[in-house]
Amino acid sequence: MKICVLVKEVPDAAVQKRIDPSTGRMDRNGEKNLNPYDTHAIEAAMQIREGGAVEVDEIVAVTMGPSTAIRALHKAVSLGADRSVHLSDDALAGSDVAATGYALAQTLKRESPDLVLLGQQSDDGECYTIGAVVADHLQMPSLTQVIQMDVEAGPPTQLRCERQAEYGYDTVQVELPAVISVGDAINEPRYPSLKAIMGAKKKPLDALAIGDVDIAADRVGESGSKVICGDFKAPPAKSAGEIIEDEDTNETVEKIVAWLDERKLI
Amino acid sequence: MDFELTDDQKSIQRAVAELAGTFDDEYWAERDEKHEFPWDFYKAFADAGWIGITTPEEFGGTGLGILEASLLLEEVAASGAGMNGASSMHLSIFGMHPVIKHGSDELKQSTLPRIVDGSLHVCFGVTEPNAGLDTTRITTYAKRNGGGDYVVNGRKVWISKALESEKVLLLTRTTKLEDVDKKTDGMTLFLTDLDRDKVDIRPIPKMGRKAVDSNELFIDGLEVPEEHRVGEEGKGFKYILDGLNPERILVAVEALGLGRAALRRAVAYGNERVVFGRQIGANQGIQFPLADALARLDAATLMVRKAAWLYDQGLPCAREANMAKYLCADAGFQAADRAVQVHGGMGYASEYHVERYFREARLTRIAPISQEMILNYLGEHVLGLPRSY
Ligand SMILES: Cc1cc2nc3c(=O)[nH]c(=O)nc-3n(C[C@H](O)[C@H](O)[C@H](O)COP(=O)(O)OP(=O)(O)OC[C@H]3O[C@@H](n4cnc5c(N)ncnc54)[C@H](O)[C@@H]3O)c2cc1C
Repeated sequence: MKICVLVKEVPDAAVQKRIDPSTGRMDRNGEKNLNPYDTHAIEAAMQIREGGAVEVDEIVAVTMGPSTAIRALHKAVSLGADRSVHLSDDALAGSDVAATGYALAQTLKRESPDLVLLGQQSDDGECYTIGAVVADHLQMPSLTQVIQMDVEAGPPTQLRCERQAEYGYDTVQVELPAVISVGDAINEPRYPSLKAIMGAKKKPLDALAIGDVDIAADRVGESGSKVICGDFKAPPAKSAGEIIEDEDTNETVEKIVAWLDERKLI
Repeated sequence: MDFELTDDQKSIQRAVAELAGTFDDEYWAERDEKHEFPWDFYKAFADAGWIGITTPEEFGGTGLGILEASLLLEEVAASGAGMNGASSMHLSIFGMHPVIKHGSDELKQSTLPRIVDGSLHVCFGVTEPNAGLDTTRITTYAKRNGGGDYVVNGRKVWISKALESEKVLLLTRTTKLEDVDKKTDGMTLFLTDLDRDKVDIRPIPKMGRKAVDSNELFIDGLEVPEEHRVGEEGKGFKYILDGLNPERILVAVEALGLGRAALRRAVAYGNERVVFGRQIGANQGIQFPLADALARLDAATLMVRKAAWLYDQGLPCAREANMAKYLCADAGFQAADRAVQVHGGMGYASEYHVERYFREARLTRIAPISQEMILNYLGEHVLGLPRSY
């Protein structure tokens, strides 16, 4: 079985996110890191391999992004992927979610994976949709917000997944191949070992341009995207909270309870 | 001139910061208060292979340089783990240097792979109560017992991590000071078992870094097989000297990391605490000392990076390594002191952690080499002034 894991380089969680007023887009300068949700997807792939229910021949990390995104791929292989694929092309700049999903799907077709895993959201875009778009292009079933996954060897190989839905938990059975996006509750990702970090550059990396995977130039990039970024605004500043001075503890407790009660929080 | 770290070096920094970040300040405060060795922290780093960062690959390590090791220990300290975190692994990373360089194949094979996997803890037994910084005056004596083996008697002091250690890297005299031509001759280094029947280990109550013990060692008739000798008899002092520059570099970055941790907390508090109707960080009396601490930490960083780079290139680096230790220890301590000041009364409360950083930062100005001895070195060997001691 071959597992492809979609990964993305995002601004590091420690960096304060801000909109660049000159472009109206997120300022992506500064420290970057592998999208934290994707580390859970890689870990999920590793656990399938180590679980032994099925033979995993290969775990391949796939990204679309500028040249710096190589670092996200290095991290992905240091976490356990066997090799990586980097789709990078000037024509891709400014792609919206639909265009990105199409480009990734074209890249994945070349790999013919049995399972595509990805984090349910990226730390920067937070669209939650790439998995569904990719699945649609690949004509595969798709599950989102998966927080538990058990493999049942086939044929056909199936996954029993638990989804974290707003109203509770779904248990869903899906036949492979499939596209699964995972939530961060699915596992506790391991930390890369020093040897894995140092060995990351030695693992094979395929650098691809759009022509290598039959991506139509007019379907990607800014011109191929139908979503146009309009105006961006920083979120409104938080209003100051209400401070209850603790003069008499009984009274303070009453005040807090009344405050919570008013807002139907208790 | 290229000041950039390589991608691998940056990955090391980030990976260490992420792993160390899973052990928060509360974890360290509790270890410190309870005088508990940070076993799970140590295990996490050993399991991920960090302990073997400089150990040659043939013994299971990764064979990287002092620069990489310095990035590791700096990030460990900067995570808030401070000297407690750094000291839990410092000796395993660096202390075996004389063994790697001068030990027999057999000694290396039987110890280094276990150092790398974290199962073998070693302490470093040099300092003695009656010798102080004048190491040539040590009196712990290893006497041949007729055959090839030795029997050791003597006293050591401040030996860190002895309680956890299975072995000790022990500097002894095999010829008395009065019988040698050069006072640095006649000392022999052993890597041997810390046999509790022959060595009484007594922890010293101390100011800080309390998760890692430092001890008095009373050695009474410790039998040491000849195979445990590192290199040749009588050359132990020289072997230790070989490791001084990397040791200075690593202590320097630990001080630096602590300073960064302290500054981070000071800035957060300066932004958050409101007195007289405004954030205290809006006062220049609070802001300037922190900006000054940052400038000093950054300048000291340049010196320690250069020292590490020189060492890894095989170039002379004593001047830079000494200066790095001196500047980093001062910058780290100053940052910690200012962090305490910015916190006001809360700076004195354990809950805010800066008092712990302060206590640990103080150590880096004393051990393993005092600031005064660094200045002695620079005065004599770099400036060419008369030896002052
Ligand atoms: C927490 C801790 C952990 C330690 N861990 C270890 C360990 O694991 N293994 C080990 O072997 N040692 C260890 N040490 C010992 C440490 O290396 C020594 O304390 C340090 O080298 C200073 O030596 P000393 O205490 O004997 O000071 P002394 O030699 O007694 O010096 C006292 C003071 O006088 C100054 N001084 C002395 N001579 C001169 C001079 N000529 N000119 C100017 N100033 C001078 C010194 O700078 C110092 O300030 C540790 C110490 C501490 C505090």
